[in-house]
Amino acid sequence: MGGSFELLVNAAVAGLLLGGFYAAVTLGISISFGMLDVVNIAHPAFIILGSYLAYLLNQTIGVDPILAAIIMLPAFYFLGQAVYQVYYLSFERRGQDALRGLAFFFGLLFITEVVLILLFGVDYRYVEAAYIGPTWRLGFVDLPLRMLVPCLVSLLLVVVLQLLLTRTFVGRAIMAVAQDQLALQLMAANPIRIKRMAFGISIATASLAGAFLIIIQPVEPSVGRDYIGRVFAICVLGGMGSLPGTVIAAMLLGIVESFTATFYGPSWAPAVAFGFLLLTLAVRPSGILGR
Amino acid sequence: MRSWLFFATALSIGAVVFALALLLRSDYLFFAGYVVLQFVVLATAWNILGGYCGYVNFGSAAFFAIGVYTSVALTKLGANPARYLPEFLVNVFKPLLPLPIPALQLIAGMLAGIVGLGMGYLTLRLRGVFFAIATLAMAVVLQTLIINWDFVGGSRGAYIVRPSNAWLGPFSIGYIEYLFLLMLVLAVIVLTVARLIERSRLGYGFASIRDDELAAEACGVPTLRLKLMATTISGAFMGMAGAPFPYYIGYVEPAATFGLPYAVNSIAMPMIGGTTSWLGPLIGAILLGSLQQIATVTISSAVNLLIVGVLLVGFVVIAPKGIIGLVEDWRQARAKP
Repeated sequence: MGGSFELLVNAAVAGLLLGGFYAAVTLGISISFGMLDVVNIAHPAFIILGSYLAYLLNQTIGVDPILAAIIMLPAFYFLGQAVYQVYYLSFERRGQDALRGLAFFFGLLFITEVVLILLFGVDYRYVEAAYIGPTWRLGFVDLPLRMLVPCLVSLLLVVVLQLLLTRTFVGRAIMAVAQDQLALQLMAANPIRIKRMAFGISIATASLAGAFLIIIQPVEPSVGRDYIGRVFAICVLGGMGSLPGTVIAAMLLGIVESFTATFYGPSWAPAVAFGFLLLTLAVRPSGILGR
Repeated sequence: MRSWLFFATALSIGAVVFALALLLRSDYLFFAGYVVLQFVVLATAWNILGGYCGYVNFGSAAFFAIGVYTSVALTKLGANPARYLPEFLVNVFKPLLPLPIPALQLIAGMLAGIVGLGMGYLTLRLRGVFFAIATLAMAVVLQTLIINWDFVGGSRGAYIVRPSNAWLGPFSIGYIEYLFLLMLVLAVIVLTVARLIERSRLGYGFASIRDDELAAEACGVPTLRLKLMATTISGAFMGMAGAPFPYYIGYVEPAATFGLPYAVNSIAMPMIGGTTSWLGPLIGAILLGSLQQIATVTISSAVNLLIVGVLLVGFVVIAPKGIIGLVEDWRQARAKP
């Protein structure tokens, strides 16, 4: 056994840690796409934006990247509200086909990427924090802190969001608008306002996910694209808008990707996410914990 | 206008354009014009599926890349057939090699058409948004395959040496002129096909799928067969547009070939021009293509991509029917008073 068993366990642990991070990346999509039916394919672009803002705050005044992301949360929340307002006015209210909305978000993704290239160039950027270098060792299992910290904070974020959605009035209203918009309107709550808030929250998660991303790996403007497939694969597999489902699917994808990278080489990893997505869409479109 | 008449007219307009460009004796004109024509083909091909059927394809770059890499692989094979092929095959193929570009285009078109057919079967289970995401996924899977395929250079890329001139019967013309001419002919063909589809039963079938697929199916429209035709035709033309590209650019690598600019451009051009008629993608491609060429030269290549993004978002928000829609609205407003 020896060597190969250790390799296997290490790959599995690395996959779980990666999966925790993927959960944070996907949360926003689970809310916007899973609950609100807004196909925000620009979500990865907002994540990269989060990475760059964390980078700026970290490099100029030396703030911890996760703290920087928490500081930026309100800004992202309002950005999300603004984007939803534009989307609502130009597509949802007009009853325009969702496909033009898709082109809108695709354009947004592209614009964000190009603006970041114009401002920062295509060099890889990274942040500095105390936990980026060291690795804990439990027996033969490696726990690199730069993976562990994002994973734990991300799981915390999931718990907080789940509590928010199930225990507060706004959260329940968001769950309700996902099910039946008209019913919510009859209960005298403004569905548009609720959706705007929900979309704000979904973009706010991108701020944290962005900070995690730049902790885990150096970032350049176009890395966001690789995540489009991953987030939608996880969201669909997790059952569209179920947060526990999202975490399970994220862990699953993390482990599969980690095994692929360990045994076949990292250049095959992106194909796994998308192969996963194609397979899910073809075989079980309702996902693991789908309704 | 009858289709063959349209084809003849378009071809003669193309001939005039080519003759004028020759008279100006500027190589730059051919280099820039080639890119614009390439986008005319990509945009029109995208529109056959996206505009007529309403299925958004984010994977245009993948089909384009199939064309590019078919060309690279066959050229490499053609340069040294004895190394890669068994002996009895070498003697059969020797007189044919190296394959001329039109032959490469045909093969690339067939391969991309087959992949398009496969994509068409996805529409069995995936509608609307899910289909769009699946096409994006397909592009990345294909890119990963190419990156890991050493024969065509993998992620390092591959070089193709462009000959200095080409023979057109007895006449010798510069190679870039030759590529321009090929793309011009392809553009004329794809426009004719798009126009033909638009005015035939096929086009009405496509439109019924776009407007309400369930109702179309219930009325006896063979939706699956029509969708398969749309994805195949659309994919094949994109592949054909990609085949001459390695000869144009001289060096190809996966990151640039599968890049977002192709996907965005082939969506933005029809959306800006108008998706319901063959004229829309043509207008969009010429406008946006020329604008990008000018911006690349005068400002920078990053800014020209920004222009595309901003125009795409601006048009889908403000003028969802594109330039053609704007002109029609203006005409109706003037006719009514």
